[in-house]
Amino acid sequence: MRVQLFATCLVDTFFPETGEATVRLLRHFGVEVSYPQGQTCCGKPADSGGYRHESRKAAEHFISIFEGNDDPIVIPSGSCVSMVKNHYPDLFKDDSRMREKAEAIAGRAYELSQFLVNVLKIHEANLSGKGRITYHASCQLTRELGVREEPLLLLQSLKGAELVPLPYADRCCGFGGIFMAKLPEVSMALADEKLDTVLSTGADTVTGCDHGCLMNIADAIRRRGSAVQVKHIAVVLAEGLR
Amino acid sequence: MSTSTQGIPFRTNAAEALRNATLRGAMRNATDTFTIKRADALSGVPVEEWREQASAMRLHVLDNLSDYVDRFEKNAARAGARVHRAKDSQEARERIGSILKDHGIGSVVKSKSMVSEEIHLNNYLETQGVRVVETDLGEYIIQIAGEGPSHIIVPAIHKDRRQVGKLFAEKLGCEYSDDPAVLTRIAKKILREEFLSAKAGISGANFAVADSGSIVLFTNEGNGRMCTTLPPLHIAVLSIEKMIPSLADLPKFIRLLPRSATGQILTSYMSVITGTRKPGESTGAEEMHIVLVDNGRSEIVNGEYREMLKCIRCGACLNACPVYRMVGGHAYGTTYPGPMGIVLTTLLDGMEKANPLLEATTLCGACEDVCPVKVPLPQLLRRLRERRVEEGLTPKLEQTGMAGFGKIVKSPFLFHLGQTAAHFLWPVATKIGPKVALDRLPRPVGKIFGRRVS
Repeated sequence: MRVQLFATCLVDTFFPETGEATVRLLRHFGVEVSYPQGQTCCGKPADSGGYRHESRKAAEHFISIFEGNDDPIVIPSGSCVSMVKNHYPDLFKDDSRMREKAEAIAGRAYELSQFLVNVLKIHEANLSGKGRITYHASCQLTRELGVREEPLLLLQSLKGAELVPLPYADRCCGFGGIFMAKLPEVSMALADEKLDTVLSTGADTVTGCDHGCLMNIADAIRRRGSAVQVKHIAVVLAEGLR
Repeated sequence: MSTSTQGIPFRTNAAEALRNATLRGAMRNATDTFTIKRADALSGVPVEEWREQASAMRLHVLDNLSDYVDRFEKNAARAGARVHRAKDSQEARERIGSILKDHGIGSVVKSKSMVSEEIHLNNYLETQGVRVVETDLGEYIIQIAGEGPSHIIVPAIHKDRRQVGKLFAEKLGCEYSDDPAVLTRIAKKILREEFLSAKAGISGANFAVADSGSIVLFTNEGNGRMCTTLPPLHIAVLSIEKMIPSLADLPKFIRLLPRSATGQILTSYMSVITGTRKPGESTGAEEMHIVLVDNGRSEIVNGEYREMLKCIRCGACLNACPVYRMVGGHAYGTTYPGPMGIVLTTLLDGMEKANPLLEATTLCGACEDVCPVKVPLPQLLRRLRERRVEEGLTPKLEQTGMAGFGKIVKSPFLFHLGQTAAHFLWPVATKIGPKVALDRLPRPVGKIFGRRVS
């Protein structure tokens, strides 16, 4: 099986280890991973800011990089997948040619945990893990894509690790893209609230499927001086590969 | 809370609210409790089916709104009420003022009504020399505190019992207590006297039944029933979209509204009021006026934001909203706060004034999840953000930045150049850039992932 990887601009710029973990995981399970060079950003920041013209530019570029085959596009971020799946077709609602292309791309997009569980079934692969892990359910992943169970199935399957439920797991962490820059006080208060729930679980690691949220939570941890580790789910899973 | 010609200073208001530990504690307690009670009340019922039916009913009403308003008007008049149509807030409050003046009434009891807040009725009546007594306990608390509601169904949600105790001791001259039962008894005693002596009562309405000309009130304290049955004159003020076709449609909302609002299976009191007191009846007003407020809704219902008018004012989206939960309602500086408030305020008051509120959402979607009538709030918020950009109302620096993004995002060369520059310039950028944002991000890596992968 072949897939194309869209790493996301956050992984590309800030968290290359998550990209590497994603590639290792997919290859370990026999998937041929190609990384189309020239990929940039899905356009989500412009889209949620209301900059339709600019998000269309991003979508056009994304489509031009990924079109031309039928391989699944695997993306380690719920919000980027939601952008591609739910918003791209809407951006071209008045342009039937582009809309068709956008719909074809949308049909190929998978969020990583979705792909790992529903296509590769790696939750049945006896991966190992360690420590007490808790999971933050990011907003677009949960509510726009409806991916609720897949990350939990993966984390529960890790031998040697304990998954502890996070209270109010699907409450927003306060990242919200440019929201974090425009209302930083509110954003930090929400990240602090999220961290309080993380600490209440006694977990040593908090994980999730979106680096935006994880970055915001990591900042709350840094400000608090807490020792809790923040890892993308790809990293947690890849650590269990021998 | 303040407003200016530049629009509502939400960020300043929010930062101020976040420094208020009492407010944050009260907000956390109340919204957590409502969240849990709502989930309990909706477990084991076919909630999706109910929401679907309620939403379809509201859409049907909006599709035929002017017909239903006409039918309601005719049937309410037949039942003995006098129906007035007000095109805006000013017309509505002046009409109510003149009805009271015609009867020489200088004091009214009032049950909770958000549309009366929308039209700023109390302030107006006070300037006309009419004393207004709010009789919902929460409304009574904020009235004597000189504040507006901070939640559409729990007006004093931002206060804890110690604050209420102090307020009562100070304003009512009673002994300090922070026992809710004691405080309620104090208010009840005062309000009972008001009910018994009032010559007029003002209420809102949760629904208006087109086929019977009835108005329907949901309350928890029984004060609505007192306001509408004890005084000889009753004035109901409601916005036109409150219509439902017939009483047979009411159960769709009886089962959803209290569950969504407070997590109650049923509201404590539901009153269906059809016109004036008839011969042989023992209760009810002898004279009833119904003021139907339009305030732009006839236009909204024909536009792309029409689904906002499906809203039945349960407040569930407020309790679910991360921003609202943190800062409370007053930070919005508007009648209606939270997700529904941002959308409705922008539609009612205009983009110019309301546009800073469009920042007050992470677009997390929790509001849409809990909405009993499936108002697509995140989509409406996103669309309003697009309109704000189209109207050039976003900050100039942001416009420049986004225009740059639009160019860089389609050029891998420029994009990677930007990433490299960010890595090297980061120490400088965090010193001179927008600190509260950049400080919270890690430093961009030297060798991006795209150059490591093969």
